[in-house]
Amino acid sequence: MHPLRRKRLMLIIYIMLIIAIVVGLILYALRQNINLFYTPTQIINNEAPKGVNIRVGGLVEVGSFKRESDSLKSEFSVTDTEESIVISYEGILPDLFREGQGIVAKGQLTPENRFIADEVLAKHDENYMPPEVKEALEAKGYWQHDQQSQSTY
Amino acid sequence: MSVYQAIKHWWHKLGSPVHFYHFAGRHLKWTSLLALLCYFTGLTWGLAFAPADYQQGNSFRIIYLHVPAAALSMGVYVSMAICCAIGLIWKMKLTFMVARSLAVIGAVFTALALFTGSVWGKPTWGTWWVWDARLTSELILLFLYLGFISLSEALPDRDTANKASGILAIVGVVNIPIIHYSVVWWQSLHQGSTIFKFAKPSIATEMLWPLLIMMLAFSLLAVSYVFLNTRTQILKQRIKRL
Repeated sequence: MHPLRRKRLMLIIYIMLIIAIVVGLILYALRQNINLFYTPTQIINNEAPKGVNIRVGGLVEVGSFKRESDSLKSEFSVTDTEESIVISYEGILPDLFREGQGIVAKGQLTPENRFIADEVLAKHDENYMPPEVKEALEAKGYWQHDQQSQSTY
Repeated sequence: MSVYQAIKHWWHKLGSPVHFYHFAGRHLKWTSLLALLCYFTGLTWGLAFAPADYQQGNSFRIIYLHVPAAALSMGVYVSMAICCAIGLIWKMKLTFMVARSLAVIGAVFTALALFTGSVWGKPTWGTWWVWDARLTSELILLFLYLGFISLSEALPDRDTANKASGILAIVGVVNIPIIHYSVVWWQSLHQGSTIFKFAKPSIATEMLWPLLIMMLAFSLLAVSYVFLNTRTQILKQRIKRL
């Protein structure tokens, strides 16, 4: 390679390396701000601020969902399989909301670690399959809900 | 003549605008026809014949536009930056023309990915937009494309414009791994990768095939557009010189 071209190539690689390091450090410093939500474990460990708007994410615990019969008020707990936290919400839940599903709720934390949500969003996973395949997997016992949705919160 | 020399000869010839003009003109016809065929096959198969998803039902079908647009928005950016790097190192004018063509089609793909993602997010997640790491970094990609296009058009001197926009393109490459790994590094609403990971794609085969055809369709569209637009740029430059 021509020495001048080699010099320009090295300069470009050098610039890219510096930029990558700078951006990497900035993102590392801001990591908690980039995370969209806190996990229940972080909340139990008091890592989340109370009384300000935050988001919490996790799986809706199976058997925890309760709805009042005469209003849109509902209550359920979300878990990251280690800790869990109770969320109360008034409003319409997204179509994909169900027990075992990953969700992200926006709202405020009360001093006794209850979460009052004003918005609930559903996560979905990266697995796509026809309903018959899912039924076949379930019938053969290959479908483990916990394992399937581990990656979704 | 050895194989190495043959490749070198072909590459050098391709670097000349006149030769590229004829090369692109010869191949434009079949790339665009094949792109059209792939779009037709992929969309019909994906929208009408592929089975519905067990969880999302029919709304998952927007994947056939969203995933190829998003994947190609990143692929096109990397190609654009490589073109700029070659142009800066070897002082080739043609690669900058190719980069400018890539920027336009890349910006269109990014906008399409953001739009289809938003339309998909409303029924499944429950929101059009959230300042999630994946969504935000893809939006930054759109701004990088628009910045590149404006910068390369704004400066009156061609060489200065090429240099400035080329450096912007190269610096912006740092955003590409951030987009890809945003769902791994941070907690996000967007789910993880279905196809681009070191594991078996987590999508049923009969859903995967039309998706792969759509990716081919988007790639061929990008190639066809680059051929067409670069030819136009070569002609424009000729006219200017007259």
